[in-house]
Amino acid sequence: MQQDDVVEPRVPVKDELKKRTVKGPDGFEFEVDPIHDYYCDARPEVRPGSYLKIVEDLFNWARSESLWILGFGTGCGAIEMRPLMTPRFDAYRYGIQWRPTPRQANLFVISGYLSVKTLKRVIRSYEQMQNPKYVVGLGSCTVNGGMYWDSYNTIKKLDEYLPVDVYVTGCMPRPEALLAGFEELKRIIRAGKGEGANLYAKNFDWYKANQKRVIHDWDMPDYNW
Amino acid sequence: MRTLLENLKERFPLGPITEQRPDLVFVTVERSGLRPLLAHLRDREGFTHLVLLTAVDWIEENLFQLTYLVHDRRRGRDIGLRVLVPRDAAEMETIHDLWPTAATYQRELREMFGIGFPGSPRVDEEFILEGWVDLPPYRRDFDTKAFAEEAFAHRPGRETHDPATHMRERLTAQGRAK
Repeated sequence: MQQDDVVEPRVPVKDELKKRTVKGPDGFEFEVDPIHDYYCDARPEVRPGSYLKIVEDLFNWARSESLWILGFGTGCGAIEMRPLMTPRFDAYRYGIQWRPTPRQANLFVISGYLSVKTLKRVIRSYEQMQNPKYVVGLGSCTVNGGMYWDSYNTIKKLDEYLPVDVYVTGCMPRPEALLAGFEELKRIIRAGKGEGANLYAKNFDWYKANQKRVIHDWDMPDYNW
Repeated sequence: MRTLLENLKERFPLGPITEQRPDLVFVTVERSGLRPLLAHLRDREGFTHLVLLTAVDWIEENLFQLTYLVHDRRRGRDIGLRVLVPRDAAEMETIHDLWPTAATYQRELREMFGIGFPGSPRVDEEFILEGWVDLPPYRRDFDTKAFAEEAFAHRPGRETHDPATHMRERLTAQGRAK
């Protein structure tokens, strides 16, 4: 992987996000810098494993048995989640459940095509998730663009922008394929290879440069934890 | 429909008329004649519903064709009004005061085709695309494939088959023997 220069946003920042002086209702004047005031944009750090392998193995076993998915449907693939979470396929029996916020989730399922506009939200949500976190690319669109391979608005290769642990191919993959993908992810985690978050921290500049190359109106902090 | 067209012909200068179905007619009108005609259709003839407002890019003639499709709910008939505007400096009068829904169509056309509608509410704001820096993507001189190849990372190994040839080769004896 090569280091690229940081790409400057090509679209000017919106007015409401610019640094400015605001007068409060009590007459006080104060400075507001929306992009930097509300977020900690410290760079992510590589998380070292436990000092003993057996302890780390125990942790990994525990992590693999409680995959909490962020309920974020990016594309048509999100429709496959409904039969999965309801009694017909019942993914809950595998320790997999869906959570409403990124803070409570550790698995991000990119369900289907990912437009540039959605990618921006996906990056923000991914960065807010707790370590260790995993990404599953669902559907052919995340692998090589799928049927959107020549679209002006859809990214074609997800692992340029986020570290992906498992790809589940198909258009659409059946819920059974997704369950197999989750089992594969569990094996990867138990083997200690689910190091997506560390990979992201290690190659942070490369991922950021790739993200900024497609997102022209970058109006958020570089790492919004 | 016939009587309506006769009626309209007396009052407004109409261009070529295409009768698609007994209940659907397309009329080409001048740019300046569109607004009074739409107002007349809406207020006097019962065409109260703007079904769609869309554009076609006739790049060879250097024209954009705007189609305003209006519907008469009571009699169950439609009229499509076609207006041709030049491609360079493409601009059209806004009709958001006749139908408020037109503002949304006009925002979309502004973004996807680059046709200006001065005076339409929020028409210059982003609609679907965010941070778009290239040509409007629905214009025919915008090369989608070249853009996608240049803008997005590409994974090698993708194959494309023509479905008909592929299935013939798989299903027939000659194909399998090959």
